[in-house]
Amino acid sequence: MKRVYVNEEWCLACHLCEYNCAFANSGHSDMVLALKGKKLYPRIHVEGDEKISYAVSCRHCLDPLCVKSCIAGALSRKEGIIEVDQNKCVGCLTCVLVCPYGALAPNEDGIMQKCELCLKNSAGEPACVAGCPNKAIVYEEREVI
Amino acid sequence: MKPYVIIGNGVAAAACIEGIRSIDVKTPITVISEENHPVYCRPLISYYLEGKTDPERMSYRAPDFYEKMKCTVLYGERAVSINKRSKTVVLESGEGIQYSSVCLACGSSPFVPRFEGLENVKEQYSFMTSDDAEALGQALHKDAKVLIVGAGLIGLKCAEGIHGRAGHITVCDLAERVLSSILDTECAGMMQTAMEDAGIEFMLGDSVARFEENKAHMNSGKTVDFDILVLAVGVRANTYLLKDLGGEVGRGIVVNEKMETSVPNIYVAGDCTEGEDITLGGRRVLAIFPNAYLQGHAAGVNMAGGEEICNKGIPMNSIGFFGMHAMTAGSYYGEEDGGECFEERTKNTLKRLFVRDGKLTGFILIGITERAGIYTSLIREQTPLDQVDFEMLKKIASSAAFSQESRRQKFSRPV
Repeated sequence: MKRVYVNEEWCLACHLCEYNCAFANSGHSDMVLALKGKKLYPRIHVEGDEKISYAVSCRHCLDPLCVKSCIAGALSRKEGIIEVDQNKCVGCLTCVLVCPYGALAPNEDGIMQKCELCLKNSAGEPACVAGCPNKAIVYEEREVI
Repeated sequence: MKPYVIIGNGVAAAACIEGIRSIDVKTPITVISEENHPVYCRPLISYYLEGKTDPERMSYRAPDFYEKMKCTVLYGERAVSINKRSKTVVLESGEGIQYSSVCLACGSSPFVPRFEGLENVKEQYSFMTSDDAEALGQALHKDAKVLIVGAGLIGLKCAEGIHGRAGHITVCDLAERVLSSILDTECAGMMQTAMEDAGIEFMLGDSVARFEENKAHMNSGKTVDFDILVLAVGVRANTYLLKDLGGEVGRGIVVNEKMETSVPNIYVAGDCTEGEDITLGGRRVLAIFPNAYLQGHAAGVNMAGGEEICNKGIPMNSIGFFGMHAMTAGSYYGEEDGGECFEERTKNTLKRLFVRDGKLTGFILIGITERAGIYTSLIREQTPLDQVDFEMLKKIASSAAFSQESRRQKFSRPV
């Protein structure tokens, strides 16, 4: 399965991935209307300091602790993709408590949202990757080691 | 073919079913369910009373779950004993069900101390099951004065859930602080303040000496008038099925990392177990949702002849009240026990990291939730802190505090 992977050596911490993620999931067709003057709630986050930086989004784990821990049965793994059913989520943040990658954060209403690889929005494939100027994040098949 | 039998129909049972079916898609599974409901999300009963969910959304799995998993569910049935020689589970109705292996996923029951006069209280409720919540919901009205005995997770979640539907809520507890099993005094105080700001009244370090029908006489001499009483003092693991067989039982049914009990072919999972807490160096009852799933799944895999171990059990909770969120995990060792506490605070947030023997053993986060799983992972993996930039971790939870190789493993390959 194709996943999003990080090349931290090439990340400039430009945060474009965050903008492209928030835009792709906004439902708007105009980026300015979607994002201008608003607090962003992207599903990918750039972490790090002046020395290193890298973008973190859901790893779509083979054995996802978040799914097993979700007290609302809102997280599930479908064909390898970890999805959240926002209709079921109550915002308890147990998934945030257990994700070892720090990949999860709620939306502005406190309900979980997460990277679902843009397969359900108009981008069709990860917008973060498509917009990364430096190939610091890529979307590809990699072998389990 | 003798079926796998699962006693209980909660999350540990659902996980056990999924564990079995990941290995064995054929052998029948029989589930013995005391409650007349398919598996649902018990921690959501307070959200239900609050109007944030409904019975349909509270279901843990899709309506065709048991059918797809080839399970027979016996609703409204209770297992009263097990005959280990004939490998039979005996039901209250007298019927016997033979098993190849059995999983005890029978949870816990509310513990009600002997209060004088309790039998005079007509409107009294527990807060464990969806039926409990339904009954309490029916009794509530906007002028109702509610007394909740117990300021633990169940009592306080109940208070939050009914807050908009009751006139006044008083919570009492013998402990001097709220959430005493997971929070220290100062952190508990912050949570208590958030709840008091919402109008909930507390009587801590005090308990009921005697009940009249609508009045509680407290140990302190105070009295509380109430229309509705909720008993949320605590829970006890349901251990009798194994205890009666002479199996090893403490506060819960003793379990090893393969989810085996001391009796052959009898497995156990969830709130009724007493298993290893790696931050304690000993066993304890870890009655939390993630543990129920992880144990249930491992039990199922092992029952079906596969191999899955569960050896990273720790207490952990993520819980919010009126917008104030607390996350906790592990054990908090004070200086007297060789531990050290590192603290970061702002006006409205407090972070405490507990370290012993060069490892993170626990944390309390009040009002901060970002990437908390990185801390949890340090505890579960027992990562030596000299392998990470702990100075950075004291300030923020970030993978930047790990080595580049560690990040490469996390973010540059499938995990």
